[in-house]
Amino acid sequence: MKILVTVKEVETVEDEFEIEGIAIADRYLGADLNEWDDYAVEEAVQLKEAGIADEVVTVTIGPGDCEQTIRQALAKGADRAIRVWDDALEGSSLLDVGVKTELLSAVVEDEEPDLVLTGVQSDDDSFGATGVSLADAVGYEWAAVVNHLEHDLEDGVASVRRELEGGVEELTDVTLPAVLTIQTGINEPRYASLRGIRQAQRKELDVQDLAALGVDEGAVDSALELTAMYEPESESDVTIWEGGTEETAGKLAALLREKGVAL
Amino acid sequence: MTDVLAVADHRRGELRDVSYELITAGRVLANDTGGDLHVAVISGTVDEFAEKCNREGVDAVHTVEYGEEFDHGVYTQTTVQLADELDPQYVLLPNSVNGLDYAPAVASRLEVPIVTDVVDLESDGETLIATREMYGGKVETTVELGSPAVATVRGAEWPAAEGTGDATIERFDVDIDEDALGATVNGFEEVAGGDVDISDADVLVSVGRGIEEEENLEIIRDLADALDATVSSSRPIVDNGWLPKNRQVGQSGKVVTPDVYIAIGISGAVQHVAGMKGSDTIVAINTNPNAPIMDIADYAIHDDLFDVVPALTEQFQ
Ligand SMILES: Cc1cc2nc3c(=O)[nH]c(=O)nc-3n(C[C@H](O)[C@H](O)[C@H](O)COP(=O)(O)OP(=O)(O)OC[C@H]3O[C@@H](n4cnc5c(N)ncnc54)[C@H](O)[C@@H]3O)c2cc1C
Ligand SMILES: Nc1ncnc2c1ncn2[C@@H]1O[C@H](COP(=O)(O)O)[C@@H](O)[C@H]1O
Repeated sequence: MKILVTVKEVETVEDEFEIEGIAIADRYLGADLNEWDDYAVEEAVQLKEAGIADEVVTVTIGPGDCEQTIRQALAKGADRAIRVWDDALEGSSLLDVGVKTELLSAVVEDEEPDLVLTGVQSDDDSFGATGVSLADAVGYEWAAVVNHLEHDLEDGVASVRRELEGGVEELTDVTLPAVLTIQTGINEPRYASLRGIRQAQRKELDVQDLAALGVDEGAVDSALELTAMYEPESESDVTIWEGGTEETAGKLAALLREKGVAL
Repeated sequence: MTDVLAVADHRRGELRDVSYELITAGRVLANDTGGDLHVAVISGTVDEFAEKCNREGVDAVHTVEYGEEFDHGVYTQTTVQLADELDPQYVLLPNSVNGLDYAPAVASRLEVPIVTDVVDLESDGETLIATREMYGGKVETTVELGSPAVATVRGAEWPAAEGTGDATIERFDVDIDEDALGATVNGFEEVAGGDVDISDADVLVSVGRGIEEEENLEIIRDLADALDATVSSSRPIVDNGWLPKNRQVGQSGKVVTPDVYIAIGISGAVQHVAGMKGSDTIVAINTNPNAPIMDIADYAIHDDLFDVVPALTEQFQ
């Protein structure tokens, strides 16, 4: 069985930042592997270690800069990586769900995985939609917000739990091939070992452009255009206590006593 | 093609609040486009749901009898067939966990764009202008897209629709391709039970990722003991296995309304806030003055929790 894991390099933002035009200024941005995708990679690697999966392949849509982040997944046990990028994607303000679906579908059609694992959402633009959209586009079954997967995958069925609101889980059987969007907490993602990091440098990282995937330039025009970005107007009337720790802790203690706490 | 179609959300016999909020959002949008607002109720006790959804501003309710609970295949096929029949300009779906499980498939099958988790919507008749957050609520953005389109609506952003409408209530005869239903729901399980019920507590000392290490939870427990309070947390603490699931506050955990909620090293992500915004007094201890938790806090200390928490505990010993 082959598992494809979609992994995204997300932008992280410092506490204090400035917006320039319709983006956060570069100097306040960092990069990381999307938290949800880290759990998806771990789940795939555990399936391989359990002898259920033979191969774990990652796929990323992103420019060359993100290769260091992709290698993190290889260091944790993925076998090889695919990175999709093209000049035609450069300069777009937003890669919408439709564009990502178009590109990832082409990869799924090439690779024909039995199982695709994505994150529930990406930490930066948080569409929470790419996995299910991809599933429908390639004609796979799916389940969104999965926080448990039975590892036997017997008879071509994945038994999963979907985490609903309010501490309720739904028990669902999904026919393979399928896309599962993975929720945090499903496992304990490992840290890459030094050996893993060394090995990752030698693993295959294949770069594909639109031509290689057989996708038309017209198909990667984002239907969504980002037109404004601003800091949300605060409706808050928060009282901020200033001063040294003794002073602020004293004020909070006084408030708590006034509210009848610990009396 | 000026109408709006909204699909109600329900689980285990209850319509969920977001259904009424979708009606409000849908009415505003239908006023922008000059069209009608259609509401669909799919599966379960649809006649009862239809009566409840017949609120002011709704022009038509379509009932679809098929099964009891949410099934993403049934919801996808039905919404697509309704859209084919009604030709709406916009399809509005909830950004609930079930919404995440079928809205993208509806957009994919209708071959229209999707914008998710919106907090405001406006249309000039052609272009949809959606407001949504990025970077965990640190910024707000507007995005524009053409029509038709699918949008998913964040909960608790629009007020619930009220009053009684004079909608027509009609049965929609759906044609479900059962061979295409590849996921089977076998049941539900409550997972947040156990020794404590944090929703009973008067005072919650709630800890988030700012605590960094499991060992550091000790200072949180000390504070809770000194205050005679209960310990709760944000999701990452439970994901890490440092506290049991029944301590988690938020969308997928518990909804709490204590007299005092002390958020320590918690950023205030929307899914967390959904579980604690009804608290009487909210205090935030956070090094980041721009953390979204500041928007709903009544009192805040912008300082390191490793300094503030022990100092506070000392005040009560
Ligand atoms: C479908 C779904 C359901 C979810 N359900 C829930 C849910 O039920 N409950 C929930 O909580 N989350 C839920 N989440 C996750 C949510 O989106 C956030 O990821 C999570 O709430 C973040 O937790 P946090 O605030 O503890 O961590 P972070 O967002 O990482 O925030 C840590 C905070 O600590 C502060 N900090 C760091 N160091 C210090 C220090 N030394 N002193 C003081 N402050 C410090 C930082 O400034 C930051 O604000 C859900 C997500 C999804 C997609
Ligand atoms: N640029 C990308 N490259 C690879 N995978 C992606 C990309 N964007 C999104 N995904 C996958 O889709 C999931 C959901 O993302 P989103 O729908 O953007 O919130 C992420 O957790 C990733 O697994």
